[in-house]
Amino acid sequence: MADPPLLSMQGITKQFLGVPALREVSFEVARGEVHALIGQNGAGKSTLIKVLTGVYARDAGRIEFDGREVAFPSPHAAQLAGLSTIYQEVNLVPFRSVAENVFLGREPKRLGLIDWGRMNREAAAILRRLDLDVDVTRPLHDYAIATQQMTALARALSTAAKLVIMDEPTSALAEQEVQTLFRVIRQLRDEGIAVVFVSHRLDELYAVCDRVTVMRDGRTVAQRAMADISRYELVSTMLGRELAEELAHRRSADAAPDGPPVLEATDLHRGRALDGVSVSVRPGEIVGLAGLLGSGRTETARAVFGADPLDSGTVAVAGTPVALRSPRDAVERGIGFAPEDRKTEGIIPQLSVRENMTLALLPHLRRHGIVDRRRQGEIVDRFVTAIGVKCSSPEQPIRELSGGNQQKVLLARWLCTDPKLLILDEPTRGIDVGAKRDIQVLVRRLADEGLAVLLISSELEEIVADADRVVTLRDGRSVAELTGDDITEDALMNAMATGAAADTAVDSASDTADPPAGPATAPDHDPTTAGRQP
Amino acid sequence: MSSRPDTPASPAAAEPDGQPAGTTAGTGPGTTAGGATAEGASTEGGRGGRVRWSVWAQRYGALAALAALFVYNAIATPYFLTPQSLLFILLRQAAPIAIVAVGMAIVIGTGGIDLSVGSVMAIAGQVGAVLVLGGQPALLAVLAALLVAALCGLFNGTLVARFGVQPIIATLILFIAGRGIAQLITGGELQPLSNPDFQWIGLARPLGVPAQVIIAVVVAVVAWLVMRLTVYGRYVLAVGGNETASRLAGLPAARVKLLAYVTSGVLAGLVGLIAVSATSASDANNTGVGMELDAIAAVAVAGTPLTGGKVTIPGAVVGAVLLKLLQNTLISKGVTKEVAQIVTGAVIVLALWLQRQDTP
Repeated sequence: MADPPLLSMQGITKQFLGVPALREVSFEVARGEVHALIGQNGAGKSTLIKVLTGVYARDAGRIEFDGREVAFPSPHAAQLAGLSTIYQEVNLVPFRSVAENVFLGREPKRLGLIDWGRMNREAAAILRRLDLDVDVTRPLHDYAIATQQMTALARALSTAAKLVIMDEPTSALAEQEVQTLFRVIRQLRDEGIAVVFVSHRLDELYAVCDRVTVMRDGRTVAQRAMADISRYELVSTMLGRELAEELAHRRSADAAPDGPPVLEATDLHRGRALDGVSVSVRPGEIVGLAGLLGSGRTETARAVFGADPLDSGTVAVAGTPVALRSPRDAVERGIGFAPEDRKTEGIIPQLSVRENMTLALLPHLRRHGIVDRRRQGEIVDRFVTAIGVKCSSPEQPIRELSGGNQQKVLLARWLCTDPKLLILDEPTRGIDVGAKRDIQVLVRRLADEGLAVLLISSELEEIVADADRVVTLRDGRSVAELTGDDITEDALMNAMATGAAADTAVDSASDTADPPAGPATAPDHDPTTAGRQP
Repeated sequence: MSSRPDTPASPAAAEPDGQPAGTTAGTGPGTTAGGATAEGASTEGGRGGRVRWSVWAQRYGALAALAALFVYNAIATPYFLTPQSLLFILLRQAAPIAIVAVGMAIVIGTGGIDLSVGSVMAIAGQVGAVLVLGGQPALLAVLAALLVAALCGLFNGTLVARFGVQPIIATLILFIAGRGIAQLITGGELQPLSNPDFQWIGLARPLGVPAQVIIAVVVAVVAWLVMRLTVYGRYVLAVGGNETASRLAGLPAARVKLLAYVTSGVLAGLVGLIAVSATSASDANNTGVGMELDAIAAVAVAGTPLTGGKVTIPGAVVGAVLLKLLQNTLISKGVTKEVAQIVTGAVIVLALWLQRQDTP
C-alpha cells in the first residue's frame, strides 16, 4: 500500500493497576478499508479501541491519524477529528427522538435555540442515505435495536467521520438486519470511509472485511488480508495454540434416561409471547430450544423459571405440578437460570467474584444468620479452579473480568447450589472461542453426571453440537422436535422456517404428555399448520 | 461519572524505553509463547503508587479530613480537648445525625433514598410526647413511638418495593404529609415535657457519657456487623448493585428493600425521641427539619455512591462527625452561619471529587 495509512498505532502500552492490558501493540488501518479486529475476550481489543478514542490515556506509544500525531483527550475530541465509535450496547438516549440522537451535542441552532426543522430534515436525509425510512421525531426506544444502531451510524456519518469503529455491532441483530448493516458498511467503504469491525463471528468477517488484525494477550499477533488467511489459521492464531479438534460431541446416544422429567412444561401461554409451548427435560439430557428471534425462547425460559407470570399452562418439576410465582420459588426447587444478557441481568458489577458466585447459595451458607466465610471461601476456590475462571483473586470485582470469565462465574453461581435443572440462555454469546469451548465441554460433562439442561442458542452449530434433543419454537409455540442424529442444521432451519421437522413432524406436546389443549387448538389459527401436516 | 481512570499520558511517555522488533504486524502466532495466563496475574507497575493513593483517598479521605480538623482544633481551639467539649458538644450533636445516617446508608445501599426521616422524627417525637403527657408509662410511649416510625418505614418500603414507585417520590410523600401528621398529633402547640424516665435517652449520662452518644455507637456497631457479616447485608449490596440480576438469582429483592426502609424509619423515630427529650418540649414544627439532607450529606461525604450497591456504616458515622465538627469549627472561628454552609458544601464537593468512581 503506497498511501500512508489513515490510522497508525505503534508501541501502544497500557496497564490497569499494574496489570498490562496492552503491550507494544501496533495497529494500522488504510483509507477506505473494512478492517477486522479480532481476539478472545480479554485479548485487549476493547482497551485498544478505548485508548484510540481517548476513553483511556495510554502509558506509552504513538498514534497517527490522518497524517498527524494525535492524543485525544476524550471521545468527543476523537469524534471531532473524524473518528466515531459505535459500541456493542448502543450508547444513545432512548427517550429522545431519533433526530435528536443523531445530532446529540451538535444540534443545529438558530438564535441560540435548537433549529428543529433543520435538525429533523437533515437527520431524515442521512438516514435515507442508509436506506432507512423512519419517523425521526419519534423516540429512539420505539425502534428495534437494528434501527438504533443505524441511528448511531447516521450520527457517525453526520460528524463527517473518516473512521468508524464498530464494536460487535451484529451481536443483537437478526439475520436480515445484519445484511442491511453489511450493505451500509460496504457503502461507507465505497465513499472512502474506513471501518474497524470487531466481531466474534467468522462468517461475518469473511463476508465484509478486507483485512484482519488478530490480538492475543494484549499484543497484535497477526495482520493479514482476509483473503489470505483460512478460518483454521484465523482461529488458531487467535487461540495461540493448535486448535484442539472440534468438540467431540458424544451425544448420550439417545439413551435418554427413563426417569421422570425434571421439568415438564405443558402448553404455556402468556400474552402474545407464548402461544402453546411444551417442553420437557429429563435428568442427564441437554434439550435445545431453537427458534428465530421473537419465537419465544427466552420467554419460555423466564416462564419456567418463575420470572414472568403465565396466563395458562402447567409446569411440573420432578413430576409435581408447581406454581412458580418468582425466581425464588424456582431456585428452591433446584432450577438455575443463566440469562442472556450477562451485564444487566447476570452480574452484580461492583461485587467480587466470590460474592457473585455464591449469591444464590447464600441462604445455605448461613449459620445463625451470619455468612460462613470459611465455607464460602472453600466453595469459591473449588469452582474457580474446577471451571478455570481467570481472575487475579476471588476478591477481584467481577466487572473487571472478560465476558467469558464472567459467564463462568455465573455458571458456577448455579452449579454450587447443586441444581437439578439448569437453563442456559445464549451461554456462549459474545464470548471468545476458548471460553466457549470450555463452557460447552463443562455443560456436557455436567449432563453426563445427571444434570438436566435446557439450552437456548441462536447459533445452530451450537445446538447441533450440544443438544440431545431439540424443541423448535415458532411464533410462541413449540412446532417440532428432533432427536439424536436427526438434529442437523438443515433440519433445524427447516423447522424454524416452516414449523416442520423434515420428515418426522412431531408435535412436542403430544410427545411429552397428552395435554388436551395443545394439538387441539393448533389448526385453527396457526399459519404454520400447512407445512406441518405431511 | 468521569470514565478516565488516569491522567492523560504526558507526551514524554510516548517514548517506550525499548521497542522490541517483532511486535509489529504480521509475525504470526509465535510472538507470545507462554503468555497465555498473564492477563489475570497481578504485578506491581510503575503507577502503583498513584493508584494506591487514590484507593486510599476513596476509602479513608473522610477519616483523614476528620483527623486533620481534629488536630487543628486541638491546637487552635481552647478547651477543645476537654471531655465537656468533645462528648457534650461535638459527639452529642453528631449522634442524632449519625443514627439517621446509618439507616440512610442502608437505604442508599439498596439504590434508594429516604427523604422522610425528618418528618418521621417529628411524628415519633409527638407520639411519644403525647403518650407521656397523657400519663402513660415511659416505656410504652417509647415503644409506641418506634412502632409508628416502623409503620412509616413500612409505608415507604411498600411504595418502593411492591409498587415500584421511585424512592425519591415515594418518600417525598411522607416528607410532606408527615410534618402535617405530626402537627395534628399535638395540635401544633409546643408542649413542655418533664419526665426523667422518658427523657433518659436525651438527657441521661451513664458513666458520664451522654446516652445518645452511647445509643449512636451501639446502633452503628450493630448495623456495621449486620451489613458485613449477615446474609441480609450481602443482599442489600446485591440488590443495590443490580436488582434484576439479584431477583433472577432468587433473592427476595422486595423484602430486602422493604426492610431497609423500615430500619431507616425506626432509627429516625429513635432520633425523634432523642430530640424531643433533649429539648424537653414536643415541637412538631421544628423536630428533624433538614435532617434528611444532613444524613444524606454524611453518607455522601464518606464516599458512598447514591446509585447503590455500596454501604459503609463507619463512613456514615465519620461523615456525620466530620460535618458537625466542620460547622462548629467555622462558627467558633467567627465565620457566619451562611459562610459556614457554603464551606460545608465545598467540602462535600471535594470529598466527591476525591472519591470519584474510576470504573472504566
